Amino acid sequence: MPEPAVTVPESSSVEAQVPKKQAGPVFRIARGPVRWADERLGVAALVRPYFRKVFPDHWSFLLGEIALYSFIVLLLSGVFLCIWFKPSMAEVEYEGSYQLLHGLPMSEAFASTLALSFDIRGGLLLRQMHHWAAMLFVAAMLAHSLRIFFTGAFRKPREINWLLGVGLLALGIFEGFFGYSLPDDLLSGTGMRFFDGAVRATPVIGTWVEFFVFAGQFPGDLIIPRLYFLHILLIPALILALVAAHLALVFYHKHTQFPGPGRTEDSVVGYPVFPVYAAKAGGFFFIVFGVLTLMGALMQINPVWVVGPYNPAQVSAGSQPDWYMGFAEGAIRIMPGPGWEWHIGSTTWSWNVFIPLALPMTLLFVGMALYPFIEQWVTGDRSEHHLLDRPRNNPTRTGLGVAAMTWYAVLWAGGGNDLIATQFDVSLNAVTWVLRVAVFVAPVVAFLITKRVCIGLQRSDHDRLLHGAETGVIERDPSGRYSERHRPISVGEQYALTQQSEEYALLPAGDGDGEYRDRQLRLEQLRRRATRFYFVDTLHKPTRAELEEAAAHHHHGAGHEIGAGHGDGHGNGHGEDGAVIAGTESEHLAP
Amino acid sequence: MRFLSSRRRHPAAKVALLLFALFVLGGLYNVVAPAERVSADNGYSQQQVDEGRKLFAVGCASCHGLNGEGQTTETIQGPSLIGVGAAAVDFQVSTGRMPMSRPGEQAPVKPNRYSDEEIAALAAYVASLGPGPAIPTETEYNPENLSEEDLARGGELFRTNCSACHNFQGAGGALPDGRYAPSLIGLDSKRLYLAMLTGPQQMPVFSDEVLTPEDKRVIIGYLNELHERPQDGGLALGGIGPVSEGLWAWIVGMGLLVLFAVWITAKGAKAK
Amino acid sequence: MSEEDRDTGASPLLASHDHHGPELTDHDPAHYPVPDPGHPEHLPRLTDVDPKAADRATRQVAFFFGMVPLFAIGFAVVYFAVPGDWFFDFGPLRANARNLGLGVTFGLSLLFIGIGAVQWARTLMSDEEMVDLRHGATSKPEDQQWMLTELDKTVEESKLTRRKIIGRTLLAALGFVFVPMLVGLADLGPWPTKKKRAETIEKTLWAEGVRLVNDVTFAPIKADDIEIGQLVNGEPENLQDLHGAEFQIEKAKAAIVVVRMDPNTIQIPASREDWQVGGILCYSKICTHVGCPISLWEQQTHHLLCPCHQSTFDLGNSGVVIFGPAARSLPQLPITTDAEGYLVARSDFTVPVGPSYFERDSRQDFEEGDN
Repeated sequence: MPEPAVTVPESSSVEAQVPKKQAGPVFRIARGPVRWADERLGVAALVRPYFRKVFPDHWSFLLGEIALYSFIVLLLSGVFLCIWFKPSMAEVEYEGSYQLLHGLPMSEAFASTLALSFDIRGGLLLRQMHHWAAMLFVAAMLAHSLRIFFTGAFRKPREINWLLGVGLLALGIFEGFFGYSLPDDLLSGTGMRFFDGAVRATPVIGTWVEFFVFAGQFPGDLIIPRLYFLHILLIPALILALVAAHLALVFYHKHTQFPGPGRTEDSVVGYPVFPVYAAKAGGFFFIVFGVLTLMGALMQINPVWVVGPYNPAQVSAGSQPDWYMGFAEGAIRIMPGPGWEWHIGSTTWSWNVFIPLALPMTLLFVGMALYPFIEQWVTGDRSEHHLLDRPRNNPTRTGLGVAAMTWYAVLWAGGGNDLIATQFDVSLNAVTWVLRVAVFVAPVVAFLITKRVCIGLQRSDHDRLLHGAETGVIERDPSGRYSERHRPISVGEQYALTQQSEEYALLPAGDGDGEYRDRQLRLEQLRRRATRFYFVDTLHKPTRAELEEAAAHHHHGAGHEIGAGHGDGHGNGHGEDGAVIAGTESEHLAP
Repeated sequence: MRFLSSRRRHPAAKVALLLFALFVLGGLYNVVAPAERVSADNGYSQQQVDEGRKLFAVGCASCHGLNGEGQTTETIQGPSLIGVGAAAVDFQVSTGRMPMSRPGEQAPVKPNRYSDEEIAALAAYVASLGPGPAIPTETEYNPENLSEEDLARGGELFRTNCSACHNFQGAGGALPDGRYAPSLIGLDSKRLYLAMLTGPQQMPVFSDEVLTPEDKRVIIGYLNELHERPQDGGLALGGIGPVSEGLWAWIVGMGLLVLFAVWITAKGAKAK
Repeated sequence: MSEEDRDTGASPLLASHDHHGPELTDHDPAHYPVPDPGHPEHLPRLTDVDPKAADRATRQVAFFFGMVPLFAIGFAVVYFAVPGDWFFDFGPLRANARNLGLGVTFGLSLLFIGIGAVQWARTLMSDEEMVDLRHGATSKPEDQQWMLTELDKTVEESKLTRRKIIGRTLLAALGFVFVPMLVGLADLGPWPTKKKRAETIEKTLWAEGVRLVNDVTFAPIKADDIEIGQLVNGEPENLQDLHGAEFQIEKAKAAIVVVRMDPNTIQIPASREDWQVGGILCYSKICTHVGCPISLWEQQTHHLLCPCHQSTFDLGNSGVVIFGPAARSLPQLPITTDAEGYLVARSDFTVPVGPSYFERDSRQDFEEGDN
């Protein structure tokens, strides 16, 4: 529990702080009620550690807030929609004001959605806000989790928070799927039909789960009411609980921060909750709310009146689920055909349906959940990390992340393969074939490219440290040689570029390495091979000696010849091959 | 009469009689024989048929054969036009699909180079090859004065028969191997009717006996109303459903909010 | 920063070594080649030094906040004054005026509060950065020690370790008490036993003599009215007697497509010679992949494409799958004509329609090359 935060010595400023002795007007008004509350709830002690809590400032730290505020908008707009929506599949004849559906039989769910859209003032706005907020909720969670991943913010002590986040992402996706199925329109009903068929085709338990979920045959008359209680009660409650735990942990662990001068693993540098952060975060809430409202006003989404009520003999070309289900949709579209089924005895095992239904989602969520633990096992790193990694400093992790994104993107594109065909005037079958191959090939290619890009960026950082920043000024010396003048970088930047923690590739365990029993030895060898996969190509920070030498060199010399190698007189290379460095770093590789 | 009978042994009498008999027979035949009509409904004239035959020979015969019998070689696939009717010609030529500028999976819409008279002539010629669907009259395809129930029924018929290829908005959709169902947005009623009636290219036929002219009319009425009506919720974003909605959620939603986030956390100009 | 001010939380690591948890900052020069230069000097903003700039910023913030009541009232005005059938037409935007008006007024009112608050924080609020010290996530060693010893004591006091049978029976009790809750869910739906399946997913409305009718209009279909290249979306005539959930359930199984092709261009196996009428064939409309209705038919290639996942069936070859993820060919309905020339079914489908399921071996379904 921190004591009141320390302020950095300040230079003079025009806006004076409130003189300490004089109580300001707000304090005078609030004093009474605060004391009343404190005498019953002990709020002062509760609030004290958190009142001036410090939050670092970076735009990428606001992605999680977009998700949180979208969720709040979902709750508020959802309450409004609940007041008029009828979660019933009973058949009624439409008597509302949308003339193009007049007199048609439809479910009460659909009819009440039409009423919200046309007969209740503000209903269409709230419906659209609600749907845009749902799209943004999942999008922001995904962007936020990518930020956490690429900066290594999931490392100890934040693994549990990461798991909570993976849970929130999964819950958000299903919540959205159930939500847009509630109006019982043709598009979402087709999605329900897909869900029904996919469940039925599941080996062993398929028909049982289907009959239990739909209370009999599809569509029956209970699926909408069942989705309704899941959507407004069970899942939001779970999300709220997980969000509360997620935020509590952020408060307890304090936020991570990027490396920089004055920032260490022990400190958090930023603005206090009151007043600055509250104003910025609170303001951002209103901005998110406002943007979502404007989207609901200006951009049409899910026009159920054009799509029509659900009819199991009708379908639209270009039927897709909402974007966050796109990767599962793509998986099922690019499965090769004719479909893959096993026939064993008198049973049928429909792998053509079960694999795309189960595998991508399982791979995504389980992979995300396990990754922090896998990385911790590989590195053996048990220390806490509060400084973020720049993605380039862990090229393998970044490469794996981009590979996963590529895999996701290929599947996502597969979900829209017919739209790709029509928009770009190409053959639907050709698109499908390309994606069938790309889903395996593209992630590998992406990994290799990303890793090399990261290493290239590390090299440029290395150059900056040793030789300074390039000024673009070309000099010519009396002998006729051209060279570029470099300007030394500030100590602050030097510090920021050398703050990352480093991991090393390990050589295989040998006799002198300590006692390992057979199975342990195999595991340890595997781990060491993994460290080589992870870290063998990574560049290492220059040592203090190297930096001092480079500074001296530049002091004396007149600059660097363009194209001159880095090896002349600078010690043992710059990590051309990180596994075989002699000198100070070799002890990490000694068998 | 004494003038003619007194010259009955004149050398020219035989010739005159022969000529007279020919004239009588020919005239009788003309009166009795059926008029040279191509199609009882459309009433094309022989002149139109001839005109059409000439235009056909220049613009169509290279793929469809000189007599519209069709041909399938390795490079040319011109189906037989016998029995496709005037309606098919009107549709294909007025939309510019035919003549195809080069072989391909599907004939795209292009600017039409034939005048209305030329199209009528071509239609007349093709209709003369064999009986087929006729061009509808305006009362058949004009969707005026339809009640709300009619329009709603038109919507149901559209969603049952048409949206599987053309999408719920009529925005079009994909078919195998590079073919596509085109967008119906903004198309005129006659064209829609002709397409349903003739089943151009891969589109199935919806004959009048099964999908009655009244059914077709309410479908057209529904589409016209749907496309004229402004989008209630705002910008339609393409009318192709969740894919474009997701795209815009990321671009506009996340994009705007990330820009705001950058602004919120930006350090800003310093006084020094 | 006295000891009394702190609760059981962190102490400043730099001041003393009386901290709990592992040392977070590593000062080893091998790992940190550049020493921390410390927090950069705080530079004032324009609004900090220039009173006119500060006033301008104040006016900006006040403007944004001040516009909000206008927009809020505008919302109320639009709500009550604009009828629902007005449309706003400008450029690409042709939208419902009331929806647009409500959304723009409400949206801007929210947005302006946000922009005002953020601008206030950025330009006027103190922008001195503060430093907070972290504590390790672990508790103090004394606390850990205390917890473990207390835990030992509580277990001791419960006598659990000495009377082990209590623990074992407790576990059994807790394990089994959930059984009633699970059993209580058994009525979630009917049990799909073999008998139930035969009555439900293996059976449709089709039977001998049931007429094929047009979907939506329910008009019966005469064989002679169908041209080559025609597609008809059909239903059984007895569907119109049903309503509500039953109607939907049966429709989801009985929907059909009727297509006519030139008999010389298609393959009709010997076993299905009498399933068709002069090139008129009838297939289930429900895809065997996951059940979407299909009616994307290409009259020249005879291929039927499902829009959901692009399974493609060749209707000129008994509905075999030629592309896409479906595994079973499309079920064909045997049809004939009645005395008046209308199309009728000969029987129900010979295989269940729709997606495959575990309990049924679909090996016997029609495959490429079958006769």
